[in-house]
Amino acid sequence: MSISRREFLKYCAGAGVALGTSGILLPEIVGALEKAAAGNPPVAWIQGGGCTGCSVSLLNTVHPNIADVLLKIISLKYHPTVMAAWGEKAADSLYDMAEKNKGKFFLAVEGTVVTGADGKCCTPGKFKGKEVTFIKLMVDMGSQAAAVLALGQCGSYGGIPAAKPNPSESMGVSEFFKLYKIKTPVINIPGCPPHPDWIVGTIAHVLMFGVPELDSHGRPKLFYGTNVHDNCPYRSYYEEKKFAKFFGDEGCRVELGCKGPESNADCWKRGWNNKVNWCIHNSLCLGCTEPGFPDSFSPMYVKTTG
Amino acid sequence: MTRIEGHLKIEVDIEGGKVVDAKSMGTLFRGFEIILKDRDPRDASQLVQRICGVCPTAHGTASVRCLDNAFGVKPPTNGRIIRNLIYGSDYLMSHILHFYHLAALDYVKGPDTAPFIPRYEGDYRLDPKINKIAVEQYIKALDIKQKTHQMVALFGGRAPIVYGMVVGGATEVPTVDKMISMKWRLQEIKDFIDNTYLPTVYLVAGAYRDLFSVGVGCKNLVSFGVFPLDDDEKSFLLKSGSYTKGKDLPLDQAQVKEYVKYSFYDDKTTGLHPSKGATISDHNKKGAYSYVKAPRYRDLPHEGGPLSRMWVTNPVLSKHANKFLGIDEKKEIRFRDLGGKAFSILGRIAARAEECKLVADAMDKWIMELKPGTPSCVKVEVPKEAEGFGLTEAPRGALGHWISIKNQKIENYQVVAATIWNASPKDDMGNLGPIEQALIGTPVKDIKNPFNVVRVVRSFDP
Repeated sequence: MSISRREFLKYCAGAGVALGTSGILLPEIVGALEKAAAGNPPVAWIQGGGCTGCSVSLLNTVHPNIADVLLKIISLKYHPTVMAAWGEKAADSLYDMAEKNKGKFFLAVEGTVVTGADGKCCTPGKFKGKEVTFIKLMVDMGSQAAAVLALGQCGSYGGIPAAKPNPSESMGVSEFFKLYKIKTPVINIPGCPPHPDWIVGTIAHVLMFGVPELDSHGRPKLFYGTNVHDNCPYRSYYEEKKFAKFFGDEGCRVELGCKGPESNADCWKRGWNNKVNWCIHNSLCLGCTEPGFPDSFSPMYVKTTG
Repeated sequence: MTRIEGHLKIEVDIEGGKVVDAKSMGTLFRGFEIILKDRDPRDASQLVQRICGVCPTAHGTASVRCLDNAFGVKPPTNGRIIRNLIYGSDYLMSHILHFYHLAALDYVKGPDTAPFIPRYEGDYRLDPKINKIAVEQYIKALDIKQKTHQMVALFGGRAPIVYGMVVGGATEVPTVDKMISMKWRLQEIKDFIDNTYLPTVYLVAGAYRDLFSVGVGCKNLVSFGVFPLDDDEKSFLLKSGSYTKGKDLPLDQAQVKEYVKYSFYDDKTTGLHPSKGATISDHNKKGAYSYVKAPRYRDLPHEGGPLSRMWVTNPVLSKHANKFLGIDEKKEIRFRDLGGKAFSILGRIAARAEECKLVADAMDKWIMELKPGTPSCVKVEVPKEAEGFGLTEAPRGALGHWISIKNQKIENYQVVAATIWNASPKDDMGNLGPIEQALIGTPVKDIKNPFNVVRVVRSFDP
């Protein structure tokens, strides 16, 4: 079977919710994806100045489950956290894959591009016999990829490592590409970490329909196109001026420091971890999908003025 | 190294089929301690979780305990238990993920498809039938892992990186539906641990018995203690203490120091207690080989992790252990009954699996100790000036945070993380770090397929 982009978007945006699951990809879509992915487009996942949280989040994908993602949908040729090989065998396989699939593979970048001390602060290892900094890896892989998925706050905008005073001189992929004049298209999938649906959904979109429509911050509108506060289930409390003064109180969370009003993401309807909970129900939104996080959203537990 | 959290490089010299020298090198510098300076102290418990996306709740726990201590507050019973439940769920996640997805592929041959190829060849010893079962469990464990994170999120808000623990306690008031929801999920996880994870660990161990004598290490162990069982913290599920030069000693956090002679940090910051610690990078320092500092306890390298906690706590083991050791199932055997076998690759892997069961069983009771509808948190005020520390045990070892607050801002924040203990380089006295020591003497049959080297390193779950 095949599905149209329109149907796909419908599923991503709402059908899963209507059916009471958090899954964005229903079995028939997985089937279509498998077909679209015939010949399994290679994906290489590299890690710079990060914490592996994006990978751990991706493993939480429910529909499709991660085994289907890894074994049926994409061909994950390189991922430091899951791959069997190690050492030079692992490292060399990345360069071999890029050589063989020049301009055709997708590059997922987790963590920041660390540029401090000429890149010495982040050296993922020896590749083809040479000590390689993450800067060099980004130039070598980034310039040959069909497109880059910049994962999380770190890959998208620099995230916490790039927070003041940015000791490792970290930056996001787009900023780095601009500096090094690399023209490969970049899709940002921010969040600290991003929801697994945002990662899998974006990969699915790219494979089936090409690069999705992006907002001014380079994020797919599909997932980051709605304001959290405007759509928040606690919004009516805000209108009634009923505010939670303490954790556990009923009411809108803005006085606890909630950054929902400045945040754009669909957590309000998607929920987290198979929909068992989400940040604002638990306490508050910290603005982790927004450029400028964390500095522009600090202090976290204090009401934003203005 | 792949299949670990973060960036670690291991270099070994091999002579006559054995490792004769080893260097453990942290190859990433982000400078979290520098970033934390001058911020609102309450933000620390969020920011530090991003040190490690595999064990964010470990840093979250150490940080809220550190802030509790500095602010002079004590969480109510619900707060203590919810923190234990969030953290306990993440323990289960971390241990299961380690065995099945990080370590197993050094023993189990994966299918011939990416990401299982390329791989090293030569020392897969499982019977093809058992190997097939183990591969199926790899897939099943992915689902279990995802469900343990649902448990984390029930009170944590989401996982990984949680919102549910804050200075003064936890954010959510427990409700009966959430308690039941967690208990229900836990039963499936417990079933997996008791009837799949533990028996498989011993099944795999049976095919690699020689690895009970490989990767001995420094034989000094430290545990900071974790999962307080009462509000006054008179006892912990996994106890604190050290086993130093063959002696059991009570824990004294004043005995922690960090050395930097072989790390890319300013030499004048060496040998400091973390409360006075400093992080000043020196990227071109001669002789240095790691971005990891060298923490020492009583001025000696100490190993952290499940082996240390199980040795210090010495609990009764599962019946699977009896079966494996050929001891009557009616007889209670304790962890120390493993004797010298405990100090090895498989000793660490077995300790982790046994500990996983211990934590899951305890959580089952904790859920029912929650008091629905009553507060989980006390109100706090940021002190003008204060000092504090928070100790806990990350799944992979002893973890401590130290803070000093001035003008209601963070003046200094120091983190001594679990893997920093284990993966540390040499100290100023010339002692190798615990992983480095464990590598010395490791037999390597085939230099091109150095299985035992990575088995030793991964047994620490770095």
